[in-house]
Amino acid sequence: MLLIHCPYCEEDRSELEFRWAGEAHIARPENIAAITDEEFAEYFFLRNNEKGLTYERWRHIHGCGRFFNAARDTVSDRFLMTYKAGLPKQPIPTAEETAAIAEEKTVETWEATEGDAR
Amino acid sequence: MADLGTATRALPLAGFHGGSSTVRLEAAPPAERISLRVRAEDVAALSGALGVDLPVKPKTSASANRRTALWLGPDEWLVIDESGTGVGNGLMQAAQNSGALHSAADVSHRNTAILVSGTGAAKAINAGCPQDLSLKEFPVGACSRTIFGKVEIVLLRTAEDAFRVEVWRSFSDYAFGLLSEGARDAAVKV
Ligand SMILES: [Zn+2]
Repeated sequence: MLLIHCPYCEEDRSELEFRWAGEAHIARPENIAAITDEEFAEYFFLRNNEKGLTYERWRHIHGCGRFFNAARDTVSDRFLMTYKAGLPKQPIPTAEETAAIAEEKTVETWEATEGDAR
Repeated sequence: MADLGTATRALPLAGFHGGSSTVRLEAAPPAERISLRVRAEDVAALSGALGVDLPVKPKTSASANRRTALWLGPDEWLVIDESGTGVGNGLMQAAQNSGALHSAADVSHRNTAILVSGTGAAKAINAGCPQDLSLKEFPVGACSRTIFGKVEIVLLRTAEDAFRVEVWRSFSDYAFGLLSEGARDAAVKV
């Protein structure tokens, strides 16, 4: 089971309690009536869909109900960090920090967790 | 004068009972409930008016005067009154008496509750709930909105081997059914 750290509940909780809520840190244009259709499309419809590190909004919908931000690797599905909504984009953890996170979070395999189930 | 019929309110789980050799399942008596939203600066005023301190630490609850306040989110609580005073909602009135800005919705009849007790209680709930219900991570008094199978619940640990499962009334049949399955599994000796 994938665990996600909720910055409001201050603990790791099952992915079942969360919903993905799109790309994070998309700023609404200051004067939305003044921008061109192309600029509006860029703001409103177009997303980067990064492969690898991406910043996303998530919602702890079946928990505290709060939206928050997460830095996630879309290749490994690993969450690198989560932080409260409203905070500016947080710096990407360094390679050493990422390795440390990977080190402490063992990947659960069926053999390790259910292999002895009768 | 014509005889007027008197409607009696039936609990959604009236008459339900179940469990296994290690788990007891029963429908909780009717209770008053409010869904409460309060900003940090008004928490003290609402706590005073309700007669129970709204907890500000995640996953905790507080009880006083037959009322229990459950932390659901940073500005959100479920307050349950089990004094059984009958018609009306004293909690709504009490919140209003605070004079402080808040949002309260009477959810007394939106929710119903299932009392789960016995040595296998945590196991039965874990049949559909992903939370760690060990006493270390989920001690007596701990509470959380979470998921139980396909439905959302609010879980409160009332004793080492007893829980209160708050669930929306239209989901209560499902929740009771899945708890019954979990209770049976919890009694299986391995
Ligand atoms: Zn949360």
